[in-house]
Amino acid sequence: MAVQQTTYRDALRLALSEAMTKDENVIVMGEEVGRYGGAYGVTKDLIKEFGPERVIDTPISEAAIVGAAVGAAMTGLRPVAELMYVDFIGMTMDQLANQAAKIRYMFGGQIGVPMVLRTQGGTGRSAGAQHSQSLEGYIMHTPGLRLAMPATVEDAYHLLRQSLQQPDPVVFIEHKGLYTMKGALDPDAAPAGWGEATVLREGDDLVIVTYSRQVHHALEAAETLAGAHGINVTVVDLRTLNPLDFDTIRPLVEAAGRAMVVSEGVMTCGVAAELSARITEECFDFLEEPVVRVAGEDIPISVSPLLEQNSVPTPELIVDIARKMFA
Amino acid sequence: MKNTTLPQLYEDMRRVRTFEERVGELFVRGKSAGSMLHLSIGEESAAVGVCAHMRDGDTFTTHHRGHGIFLARGADPDRMMAEIAGKESGYCHGKGGSMHIADMGLGHLGANAIVGGGIPSVVGAGLSARHKKSGAISVAFFGDGATGQGILYESMNMAALWKLPVIFVCINNQYGMGTRIDQATANPNLHERAAAFGLAARTVDGLDVEDVADAAADLIAGAREGRPAFLSIDCYRFFGHARKDKSPYRDEAEEAEGRKKDPVLRARDKLISDGLMSEAELDALDTRVASEMDGSIDFAVAGNEPQMQSMFRDVYAPSQPEPEPVRTRLDRILAQEPR
Repeated sequence: MAVQQTTYRDALRLALSEAMTKDENVIVMGEEVGRYGGAYGVTKDLIKEFGPERVIDTPISEAAIVGAAVGAAMTGLRPVAELMYVDFIGMTMDQLANQAAKIRYMFGGQIGVPMVLRTQGGTGRSAGAQHSQSLEGYIMHTPGLRLAMPATVEDAYHLLRQSLQQPDPVVFIEHKGLYTMKGALDPDAAPAGWGEATVLREGDDLVIVTYSRQVHHALEAAETLAGAHGINVTVVDLRTLNPLDFDTIRPLVEAAGRAMVVSEGVMTCGVAAELSARITEECFDFLEEPVVRVAGEDIPISVSPLLEQNSVPTPELIVDIARKMFA
Repeated sequence: MKNTTLPQLYEDMRRVRTFEERVGELFVRGKSAGSMLHLSIGEESAAVGVCAHMRDGDTFTTHHRGHGIFLARGADPDRMMAEIAGKESGYCHGKGGSMHIADMGLGHLGANAIVGGGIPSVVGAGLSARHKKSGAISVAFFGDGATGQGILYESMNMAALWKLPVIFVCINNQYGMGTRIDQATANPNLHERAAAFGLAARTVDGLDVEDVADAAADLIAGAREGRPAFLSIDCYRFFGHARKDKSPYRDEAEEAEGRKKDPVLRARDKLISDGLMSEAELDALDTRVASEMDGSIDFAVAGNEPQMQSMFRDVYAPSQPEPEPVRTRLDRILAQEPR
């Protein structure tokens, strides 16, 4: 397949379609995934291609969707369960954290749960406090769950294909603000490996470690910092938060001496807190400044676009904080 | 499928009863792992009656009180007892213990320490069976306590909607931990709820194992043809919720009355009165079973503890790197030379 211009949404759909064609044990299940085509259109027309036995519309029963995926995965299927919004993950947490994440360990390695839980999160659509959260910290805090969060069109495709190859449960969090983003996709190009971070931009002064939509904010900020302020920034896209590729981060931070972690999730006990602690522990002797967390405010998300946008990191905030690190 | 004659059903129930008695001894001797042991004495007819009609390839999930079900399904009592003792030689190498025992070979998708937690797995297993046209059914075993959990209703709805080859088996021992069923619901006719979802639903008295087996046979045959079902089995839990529970929530008179509902003794009496087995034959059988289960305790006690390094194993698949131990990590960080 040649390079094509496509959207994040269609790249996801292509990944699902190809995986289903290749392996008849792949099934898709969730609320509105079939006839409706998915709340954000990712599974559009899959039901026409693969039928209702493999693209299964479910009742609005989040816990049982995930629970059924657990049982299906244990008995030989490769379920892709869709949770419409990551905000609903609380209803599934027993099945996800107590069942899917624990089964291989509790049962002494007899069996794994190779399922993918696709969902989306983050801000950007004025969807309010119950439809805009960034709850990746819940997942990262649970051993046994893998966590993938694609930032680019290429990774929407490649990370989903990779997630479907994993022997363990993967939570795959898309960003609602990225579905219409366009980019080049070459399905045949060799992607970064599963669990490998990518360096999207190189600079000697500061390393920004981030993931999902904030990759784009960091890249925008980095351009401003280079152009207007002479600060050269490396931007690392983690791609997966579990596995976490610290081997890529360490030498970059040691060389630059300054590190910032950017995350849309709330500051306290969040992903950025973990990353900053890890960088501090492992790179302490090389740091010129404390590791800085630029993260979501410790508040619910507002419907007001103005309040919403400013409750999570913006390119402007990243620029401002970066400049202060050199003041 | 197993032999379902009364002598076989009796032997299976006797094995479950004796195994559970030995588990209690293991606990008293301080040889069981952890503090959690939930005995199913009094519930043997449910385990044996349903499992009698399951066959190779069928799958099932159980609850806190699932020793009897697993044993009735063909588990090796040695490996079960070793698991309950937390030993390497147990089914889950000591990581699961009593509440999280499983064996994929026998279709046991796992016991569960979350009330209701294992129920939706059978919906997924039912989807797999249909997808692969395997003819298998999947059975969720749970207690009456789980009927307060929403996941049961989500799962029953999906099973009925999709006509899956699954059965929900409620072992109604009258108590969810220390709360009696009539204190937990205004309508204790549990099968009525399942019927409302469109499941074939029935309640059977667990006193008579043949009655349980007959009801299970009907419902399982229907499930194999895509008619999901719910079976509630009335029985009485002879002992407390967990091993240390002295049942302060019920009085001696109630317990004495409840323990009259003994499916094992009932089957024994019937075997004699119907002339199927003599008292001497039954005594010999009981002695043989007791000896087998004594051997299981010995096997469990003699087993090795798990290796410490196994702590980091099986969080993820064997092909994946193991998590770095805290101590190794800190030693590595603190050994770094200052710049």
